[in-house]
Amino acid sequence: MVTTRILEWLGRLYVGLLLAFLYLPIIIMALMSFNVSPFYQLPFEWTTEWYASLWRNEQLIAATWNSIEIAVITTIISTVLGSAASLALFRYEFRGKKFLQALLFPPIAIPWLITGTAMLIFFFGVGIGRGLFAILLGHVALALPYVIVVVSARLQTFAPELEEAARSLGANQWQVTNRVTLPWIMPGVIAGGLFAFAVSFDQFVVSYFLATPGQTTLPVEIYAAIRKGFTPEINAVSTIIIVVSMALMLLTARFFKFGGEK
Amino acid sequence: MAVEGAVASRSGLRSALPLLAPAYLWLTVAIFLPLSAMVFFSFMTDLPLAGKPWAFTLGNYAAFFSQSLYLTLLLASLRLGLEVTLWCVVIGYPAAYVLAKVLKGRSREAIFLLVILPFWSNGLVRIFSWAMVLREGGILDTAANAVLPFKINIDLMYSYPAVIIGLVHSYVPYMVLTCYLTLQAIDDSLIEAGRSLGASRLQVLRRVIIPLSLPGLVAGAALIFVPVVGSFMEPRILGGRTGTFYGTVIEDQFVAVFNWPLGAALSFILLAVVLVILAIASPVLKRAA
Repeated sequence: MVTTRILEWLGRLYVGLLLAFLYLPIIIMALMSFNVSPFYQLPFEWTTEWYASLWRNEQLIAATWNSIEIAVITTIISTVLGSAASLALFRYEFRGKKFLQALLFPPIAIPWLITGTAMLIFFFGVGIGRGLFAILLGHVALALPYVIVVVSARLQTFAPELEEAARSLGANQWQVTNRVTLPWIMPGVIAGGLFAFAVSFDQFVVSYFLATPGQTTLPVEIYAAIRKGFTPEINAVSTIIIVVSMALMLLTARFFKFGGEK
Repeated sequence: MAVEGAVASRSGLRSALPLLAPAYLWLTVAIFLPLSAMVFFSFMTDLPLAGKPWAFTLGNYAAFFSQSLYLTLLLASLRLGLEVTLWCVVIGYPAAYVLAKVLKGRSREAIFLLVILPFWSNGLVRIFSWAMVLREGGILDTAANAVLPFKINIDLMYSYPAVIIGLVHSYVPYMVLTCYLTLQAIDDSLIEAGRSLGASRLQVLRRVIIPLSLPGLVAGAALIFVPVVGSFMEPRILGGRTGTFYGTVIEDQFVAVFNWPLGAALSFILLAVVLVILAIASPVLKRAA
């Protein structure tokens, strides 16, 4: 069938065009971060000056450290709490379980603008106020549903008989969890942790409403800089961020199949 | 075994509670209480802080309904959400089809990963990257002038199309992902059966493929429409002065005007709209599950 083959090639070409649409702006941004002209003028002349001046920009460096610190703590807390909750939801039957599972979707589905402004109001009202602690509180809450969903998906593939077998062989609850269940769900836990890191590290909207001038994260700082006017320094730091977060997701993909293929 | 099951069920909550409580307490403190507080604040005249006088009022909601500005902006945001969703369907669905039915094996896996990879990277940075493409003297302008024999000026920066392009770029991977998942589940023999019974390609598409993949389309549409209606950073960066939408007005109430009660009311109205939309979409989504 000649028509079928032509259509198939057109399809491949189309997907290629889509990939170009998705990646070209990012590639151009990365190239411009190595261009001499601060106004993105062509012809292109190579420089690493913008990365050097980025290194000297203490405000951006401080914000970067805040972002990394918050992302790491968010990852640890949400992975531990989330995995525990997934285990409970998998292992036990009780009334209201469906309700608890349904409660995981509002944090994912409600626009961050609404969640972020609501957090600002509430944290202010109860005296937590704004700043890094408030941002951490928010990030963990945003990451938890993702961790629970990912770990629960992995638990679906776990045979509960294995726990029973271990128990009948004399293992106590802690040993069963530690030696049987945890090793099995570990890929899910790692994927959940990487998701949590990405959610926190890339989070802009919620951080934006909870940040204060001294206590801020990298995306918030970038947004402020963009609104003041573009600078190649911002290109440089943006390029670093995009490379880091893409590498992170590639890593996640190794532990967690997105495609739903068996 | 049955008796054991019943006992396990009754004692289930007690065993589950220590594992569940920390996560759900955290969600309560950081998500559910704030959302409730927002509703509460939206009925206040001022913040009950530092001894400032305050009272209950319906004024914040009255402001929404009496000043046509807010309603106009909400409609503009809904229209933006609709347009971006439609573009994502038009661009994303064919790509999902090619991925699910034409490509095979490792190349399919690799390309699928490439499509959804940017979607998990920093959204703010990806929006910013379009500034370099769309502005006058940017890549699009330079490239067009290098190819075309006559001089044209392409300066899409700070315009409505720029906002659309940026948002479609941000959200189209969602549509590819959800449509791919439902398209992949369609049995190829259904398509072959339709063809061998004399249906044209278009008829197979209309009568078999689209109806069967509808849940993916609806899921993708909901996942795109909802955040776009609440977007504010994308219109600010790419839209400039033309980028005033409902989301940017809410942002202003919290970071510029400092009228938090009004901001809370506007946020809550947006939440209500979002919930209605999700409720409308949910029957189709349930059918998929």
